Amino acid sequence: MPEYLTEAQFAVLEAACEALIPPVDGHPGAKALGVADYIDGALGAFSVDPPRIFAGGPFSGRFGGGAGFSTFTKLTKFQELAWRTRIEGSAGIPEREINGPVVGWQQIYTEGLARLGPDFLDCDPPEQLRRIQSDDVLFPVLWAHCGEGAYGAPEYGGNRETLGWQAIQYPGDIQPRGFTDAEVSGP
Amino acid sequence: MTEFDCDAVIVGTGPAGATVAEVLTEAGWSVIMLEKGANHLMSLEPPFAMSGEITNDEIKFLRRYFLEPDPLLEPRTFRRTEAAGEREVTGSVNMLPTGLGGGGFHADGKLPRFREVDFHLLSEFGPIEGANIADWPFEYDELEPYYGAAERIIGVAGDSTGNPFAAWRSSEYPMAPGADMYCAVVTGAAAERLGYNPYRAPTGANTTEYDGRPACNNCGFCAFFGCPIDAKGDPVAPLRHALHTGRCEIRCESFVSEIVLDGTGKNARGVKYFDTDGVEHEVTARAVVLGAGAFETPRLLLRSDVGNRTDLVGRHLMFHLQTFAVGQMPFRLHGYKGRAVTHLMDDPIVPDALAQAAAKEAGLPYIRGGIVEHGAAGHPVMEAMYSPPGPMHSRMMLESPMRDCMAGFTMQGEDLPLLTNRIDLDPQVKDVWGFPAGRVTYSPHQHDVVASHHWAPRLEAVMKEAGAVNTFSATSPPLPGSRGESHNITPQSRHIMGGARMGNDPDTSVFDKFQRLHDVPNVVCADSSVFPTSTGYGPTLTIVALAIRAARELAGLPPLTSQRPPGV
Repeated sequence: MPEYLTEAQFAVLEAACEALIPPVDGHPGAKALGVADYIDGALGAFSVDPPRIFAGGPFSGRFGGGAGFSTFTKLTKFQELAWRTRIEGSAGIPEREINGPVVGWQQIYTEGLARLGPDFLDCDPPEQLRRIQSDDVLFPVLWAHCGEGAYGAPEYGGNRETLGWQAIQYPGDIQPRGFTDAEVSGP
Repeated sequence: MTEFDCDAVIVGTGPAGATVAEVLTEAGWSVIMLEKGANHLMSLEPPFAMSGEITNDEIKFLRRYFLEPDPLLEPRTFRRTEAAGEREVTGSVNMLPTGLGGGGFHADGKLPRFREVDFHLLSEFGPIEGANIADWPFEYDELEPYYGAAERIIGVAGDSTGNPFAAWRSSEYPMAPGADMYCAVVTGAAAERLGYNPYRAPTGANTTEYDGRPACNNCGFCAFFGCPIDAKGDPVAPLRHALHTGRCEIRCESFVSEIVLDGTGKNARGVKYFDTDGVEHEVTARAVVLGAGAFETPRLLLRSDVGNRTDLVGRHLMFHLQTFAVGQMPFRLHGYKGRAVTHLMDDPIVPDALAQAAAKEAGLPYIRGGIVEHGAAGHPVMEAMYSPPGPMHSRMMLESPMRDCMAGFTMQGEDLPLLTNRIDLDPQVKDVWGFPAGRVTYSPHQHDVVASHHWAPRLEAVMKEAGAVNTFSATSPPLPGSRGESHNITPQSRHIMGGARMGNDPDTSVFDKFQRLHDVPNVVCADSSVFPTSTGYGPTLTIVALAIRAARELAGLPPLTSQRPPGV
């Protein structure tokens, strides 16, 4: 069950992400990586407390230490103002309109996904890709989020079981283990 | 007799402010530090342990403004020239971190000294038309002992024998350099074969336990992150030293709005600041120390209308013109392991015959590039955004030509000081406190462009020598007329200098040689705003050295001295 989007919107988002990052031999596609879950989790970041904005620390537990990333950090007053504005939009609230109205991610996604068309799920991937990339409002936001959802820390909801990192031979966060001098200097 | 809240109020907690706090508190002064950003760095209660919020997390640090000013709250604006209109860009413009620790927090800690000639460029080589090159109001020899002190405060690991162009030094680095990254082993060897002089970078990351902090364990998340294990000395070390005296109070999320003068107008009484509830406070002090960085310090002076009798505040703003020469290797470099950059070379700073010929051809007396960092590419989210969507994306991510197989040189090219390159107050755009955003007007001088054009192919040739199957180069900011102009026209170098230069003449400079405002001498600037020229080196170690010198003068301590070895 998606957290912010409807089931129907989520299905379109998941197909769009899969068109942008399709599976190839050795690399899972966006669906298997949970990219749409990452995006839905960002859109609904304030439905949990503390909000899902900044993962905690100092370590994730993947290479020793506790699983600190799993507990998100409490936001400062200004961080909350900025992130609510970025996600929810300024929504006519004066303190969010420092330099005028701001359109939030929630609106960018709900309107952008609708613009992809009622037949989007039936289109072949090249046509899906064409429609996404021709949307100047949705595409830049979606494409950045695809990168984050595929190759960011899994605590944010994407990069499921670090499959994205494994595919690209990248260990991800490495503290507190670090690397030995020999690992740094050798081929 | 007036009662003050403290002896000195310090605006900003980065390398400049933190260093001044250490020196002044050690001399018995009480200080209050005001920091507009939040504290993600460390506990302010003994033993001042790390906060645990600094992590190996690309989303948090590179995508979500955990350290950088959020452009929704603190937008800046940018235009290339006045003719371009009020502004061309609104939002993120060359953001250094905001928060306890300031710009030192995110740096990868390369800490070279300047060279002797950097302090008297004008006298040595003469003027260049269109630029206001100036000598510094003192020489390297006077600053040398402060460089040594700065290296010991931060804990710099380096090799004093490696760089044939290095200035003389009276003390050794406190630690030996850390592990050479594989990528730099490859490109460094190629550079040597072509006659260049790469050396192991002096770096503010511990290689042994130092000052109660552990050795770096090569996690690879230096640049744009903080250190999760407390192995990076800047700015943790001086802040902690100051706090340990019990004479340093730090107030974060406190935005200084104004420098307040007394009735004479020749003496500062303190500063006003806002807390996050929008409540205004005033701190009174015997001295006001500015360490807000070369963007925010001129902005504060302009907002306060202090020190600007000659209309020089905000002018002579300098960034480094960064030239990137990239090589795609037919093998993996694992640049994510270890310090961000382990090797540098100074060759473009000391023009050879080829560079002299290029200068002559362009009608310039000289061209000076900058330090060349032997580095690797960035992190995978960034890589993903550069790998085109669709089936090609996943294949490129598997082969990693844009990250794991990519070696990169970054030349931090000297940026000449221009009267027209400046920060002023944007007439419309505001920050969350309701004050005018800082606006940058900036275009590089022809010198900087010619130097970049000259060095880009030479650096690409080194990449080919190192085995690159493909090379390309780019600059930041993009050169006029280049393809990059359609992408991002703002300078990406986080080396910001000038904006309130120091000098001996009150008519041609804002601060004096001890970084006191000519017009209001109890206002001291400890940051890189005072730099008369940018040089081709990263500014941080020089900021710290200058801050020690200015703070000792302020506290009435005797100057540090050192002896130039005979025959150098």
